[in-house]
Amino acid sequence: MKQSITLGKVTKFMGLGFLSTLKDLFTGKLEKEDFINFLRKVAVPLASILLFIGLWHVGAMSLYNREANFKIEKALTDQGPAAAEAMRECIASGDISCQPNTLPSPGQVWDSYKSLLRDHNIISADKAAFIEKTATLNAKRIAEGKAPITYTGRPSFIDQIIMSLKTVFAGFLLALLIAIPIGILIGLSPTLKSAFNWFIQIFKPVSPVVWYLLVFMIVKTILIDSNGDSSFIISFISVGLCSMWATLVNTAMGVSSVDKDYINVAKVLKLGAFQKVFKVILPSSLPLIFTGLKITLSVAWMVLIAIELLAQSPGLGLFVWEEFQNGANDSNSKIIVAMFVIGIIGFLLDRIMLTIQNAVSFNKNEAI
Amino acid sequence: MAYLELNNVYKTYGQADHVTEVLSNINLSIEEGEFVAIVGFTGSGKTTLVNLINGLLEPTKGEVLFKGEPVFGTSHERGVIFQNYSLLPWLTVGQNIYMAVKEAFPKTSKLELNKLVAEYVEMVSLTPAINKRPKELSGGMRQRVAVARALAMKPEMIIMDEPLGALDALTRGNLQDEILNIWGKDKRTALLITNDVDEGIYMADRIIPLKPGPNATLGPEFKIDIERPRDKTEMNDNANFKETRNAIIEYLMDIGDERKSQAKEEFVLPDLSPKDFVNQFK
Repeated sequence: MKQSITLGKVTKFMGLGFLSTLKDLFTGKLEKEDFINFLRKVAVPLASILLFIGLWHVGAMSLYNREANFKIEKALTDQGPAAAEAMRECIASGDISCQPNTLPSPGQVWDSYKSLLRDHNIISADKAAFIEKTATLNAKRIAEGKAPITYTGRPSFIDQIIMSLKTVFAGFLLALLIAIPIGILIGLSPTLKSAFNWFIQIFKPVSPVVWYLLVFMIVKTILIDSNGDSSFIISFISVGLCSMWATLVNTAMGVSSVDKDYINVAKVLKLGAFQKVFKVILPSSLPLIFTGLKITLSVAWMVLIAIELLAQSPGLGLFVWEEFQNGANDSNSKIIVAMFVIGIIGFLLDRIMLTIQNAVSFNKNEAI
Repeated sequence: MAYLELNNVYKTYGQADHVTEVLSNINLSIEEGEFVAIVGFTGSGKTTLVNLINGLLEPTKGEVLFKGEPVFGTSHERGVIFQNYSLLPWLTVGQNIYMAVKEAFPKTSKLELNKLVAEYVEMVSLTPAINKRPKELSGGMRQRVAVARALAMKPEMIIMDEPLGALDALTRGNLQDEILNIWGKDKRTALLITNDVDEGIYMADRIIPLKPGPNATLGPEFKIDIERPRDKTEMNDNANFKETRNAIIEYLMDIGDERKSQAKEEFVLPDLSPKDFVNQFK
């Protein structure tokens, strides 16, 4: 069975069908209906994004003015009219020392984004220079059986994003490896189900913070001999344990609710236990398992921030917390940049899961 | 001794206070090579009867004997064609059949099995669709796959549970002929469950009506003495056919009426009359 793979098919498969309309627009193959469709799929979201930014700008301005007025009033009552006038001038001049601390405007956030990128370029150049400088020394150290010297400078924003992604994937993998096998066993055996049910019901609603503390208590003792940094291990295990429940419950439900017809077929064909699980039960529960995995991945990404913050594990969560504690004049807008980055990465992760789900499961889901 | 025998079979569902007796006192014997049809209303316990014979269910009382041995669980000797095709949607036509033959002939080589699959797909004339998934096929094609799957396992007896029930009339006729053709080749024992009297008369040697449940039981049998191969158009003028058909339908109608008259449940309407608001306020 050969099928040609076109751009249209690929984009639709990934739930990005509007991209092929975009292609038609440029190649001039657009019908009227397609055009209306294009307006709905592309122009309307763009307009709503612009509207959102506009409202944000207006809101941020009014908050800024309120904060500024309050500062001037306060200077007036505490220190007199001269100080109030000085404060007014200071704010108007844009001096960093007296800027009102409030919700940053879209422009400020964009500037911070650019400054974070600049910062990343500086740090990576620095890192490259360091590696170059220590290359010969490190080669010698390795030859002598000593540990090489590594770069220990501050991680850039991009480095922290990559760290966060690593933590999430490690946690997601852990969740997958725990939840799917247990889910299958629970779904297959009512005895195991009643043995595990209390466990699931009690631990499912436990908050990320408590999971972190629990994992911390255990891992700290286990790794008592090693003097390395255990924060990554603690945070990925906590992320995994927090997020695995959706997959566990969905897998168990999918496995236990396989269509009775398929079970009858398996019985009539006298399939062995192994064949029955892998040829009938698992394929039929794949859609539900994947729904679970999708929820797991988004929960993992969501709790990651809180857990990194607690575990002091480098990543976006720690970045947000450090910026908040830092209190520099552009800290607030850097936090908002992180918020958007987190949201966009979450969206992309969801799309990736959807694509994998479409590739492996038999009933092709529409993008939700 | 008969090939398949059901002796005083009872089947009940539920426990204690909520027992529903679906089948009661079923006695049936089928000889080797015979084509028997069981005709009954929907909901009369036909599928339960089929599941007792193919081994998916066990009788509450009585015994089901296949070649003199009691039936415990399913067996490759009894092939089943289900009412709703029951193809696995994530496998292609070929894979669906391959899975069945691999279980039935575990010692055969992969090459041989593939040949067998191709042969049976050819038999139901689905060779062009061998790599398609059930979703891409029409209802008739799906049921042909199910037929091929059941037959490819080379069962000694073939049990069909309303195999054509969900198909349109034209496809139905074609598939009836196909099934008869295949059956005619090696004369396996066949049991057909259907709700269509004409289909039963056209295909079977013997028709047994199932009196509707609860407490469904088999009625008197009707022999069909029409020579094979049978022709649908000619059969319409056959006196024997008309007579048998009328007899069976009359019998089934009588049971239907009997059932209706037995239903003595009366619905008492509450004694209501509109309130006299007008006079109340005078």
